[in-house]
Amino acid sequence: MKKELKLTVNGQPYELYVKPGTLLVEVLRNELDLTGTKRGCESASCGACTVSLNGMAVKSCTILALQADGGDILTIEGLAKGTELHPLQKAFLDHGALQCGFCTSGMLMSAAGLFHEKPTPTLDEIKEAIDGNICRCTGYNSIIRALSAVARGEYKEQR
Amino acid sequence: MIRDFEYLSPKTLEEALAFLSQYQDECKIIAGGQSLLILMRQGLIAPEYLVDIKGITELNYVQAEAKAGLRIGALTPHRAIEKSPLMKNSFSVLAEMEHRLASIQTRNWGTIGGNLCHADPAGDPTSVLMALNATVTTASVKGKRTMAVEDFCKDYFETALQHDELLVEIQVPPAPPHTGAAYTKFNIIETDMAMVAVAVSITLGTSKDVCQDARIVLGACASTQLRAKKAEEVLRGKKITAGLLKEAGQVASQEADPISDVTASEEYRRELVKVLVPRVGQKALDRARQA
Repeated sequence: MKKELKLTVNGQPYELYVKPGTLLVEVLRNELDLTGTKRGCESASCGACTVSLNGMAVKSCTILALQADGGDILTIEGLAKGTELHPLQKAFLDHGALQCGFCTSGMLMSAAGLFHEKPTPTLDEIKEAIDGNICRCTGYNSIIRALSAVARGEYKEQR
Repeated sequence: MIRDFEYLSPKTLEEALAFLSQYQDECKIIAGGQSLLILMRQGLIAPEYLVDIKGITELNYVQAEAKAGLRIGALTPHRAIEKSPLMKNSFSVLAEMEHRLASIQTRNWGTIGGNLCHADPAGDPTSVLMALNATVTTASVKGKRTMAVEDFCKDYFETALQHDELLVEIQVPPAPPHTGAAYTKFNIIETDMAMVAVAVSITLGTSKDVCQDARIVLGACASTQLRAKKAEEVLRGKKITAGLLKEAGQVASQEADPISDVTASEEYRRELVKVLVPRVGQKALDRARQA
C-alpha cells in the first residue's frame, strides 16, 4: 500500500505517494526527474547517490524515501542559484576536477556537507569528506585541489 | 527491488514496543538501515512489517555521569558520537573508532544501536565496547534487561534480542584509574569493513608498572567479536614489555577462529592478529601510563 510522503527538495515542497520499499534515490530520479543524483553501486559503497538531507551528506540509495519524510533535501540540481554556479562547482571547473562526471554530483554533495559543517576544512578533513565517494577516472587529486582552493577562500560564497 | 512490506513508524518507545509485541518475528526493525537495506535489496531479508524506529528521538542521546559513566541512546548516529565533547579520557577511543567507521554519509545516518543489532563480527563499535566492559539494555512490553555486550553478541548476525525486544541503551562504565584503551582495524579501502580489528584496554596498578587487568578483543576473527582471554592472561599481573605484547599477539592468534573469504584467508587473518595485538596493546599501554 502506498504511503504519503512530504519532502522539500531544492526549496520546493512535494507531496507524493510511494510504496514503502521505495528508496530516496528512486523518488528523486523517477518521481521528481532529478537525475543528477546517480545510482552507482546501490550498496552504500560508491557515493554517487550522495545528497544532503537536513544539511547532512547521506547516501540516497540506502535510505527509504519514507525515512526522509518531512526532510529538507538538497540535490546537485539545487546547488547553483539560477545560472550562477555554486563556488564548489566553479572550483571543480577551474581545477578540472571531473572527467566522465558520473561521480561528480556525489562528490559535490559530499563537499557541500563538509563546508556546511566547517567552512575552512583542513586537507585531512577534505580527504575524509570524499572517502565515501569513488572516482574511477582517478580524479582525486584535482578534486582535492579544487576543494582546497574553496577552503582557502578563493571562491566566494554567493549568499 | 525491495519486496513490499507494511511500513510502521512509531514515534515513541512505547508505541514501538507495542508493534514488536504484536508482530513478533513477522517484523524487522529498521534504524538507519545502512546494513539492513542492503540485505533487503538483495532479497536476503523480506519482512512482512518494517518497524522504523529512526524517528524515536527519545533514544538519541549521549550522557556522561560520574558514577554510571557514559550512556548512549541506541539511536544515536555514529557521527554524533564521533563529534561528542563527552568522548574524552577513557571514552576517546569510542570517537576514534567511530571516525574510522565506514564513510561520513553512513555515519550521518547510521546508528550505534543498529550497528550492534546487525551483529556483524567485523562491526567496529562492538569490539571497542567489549574492551571497555560496556553493557546494553533491551526493552520489551514485559520490561527491561541489561547484559554485557559480550553476552549480547551470539553468532553471525545474531544477538540475544527476543522478537519483541528493542535495544535501547548502551552503558560504558568509567574506566578504573591508570587505564588506557586503543582500537585499530586493518582494511585496504578506508571505508571498508575490517579484515581484522583489535581493541585493547589495559589497567595498570598504582605504581603504573604492573598490568592489573587487560581486555583484548578481536573483530572479524570468529562468529562474533571475540575476547582473547588467554592472551589477556599473558599480560595480567606482569610488567608489560614489547616481548610480552608479542607473546600476547601469538596467543591471541591461536585463540582466533577466523574464516577465509574474498577479503583475506584464515592464515592471513591470524598473521594480522599477531601484528595488531602488540601494536594496539602498546598504544593502550602508553595511554594507561599517561592516565
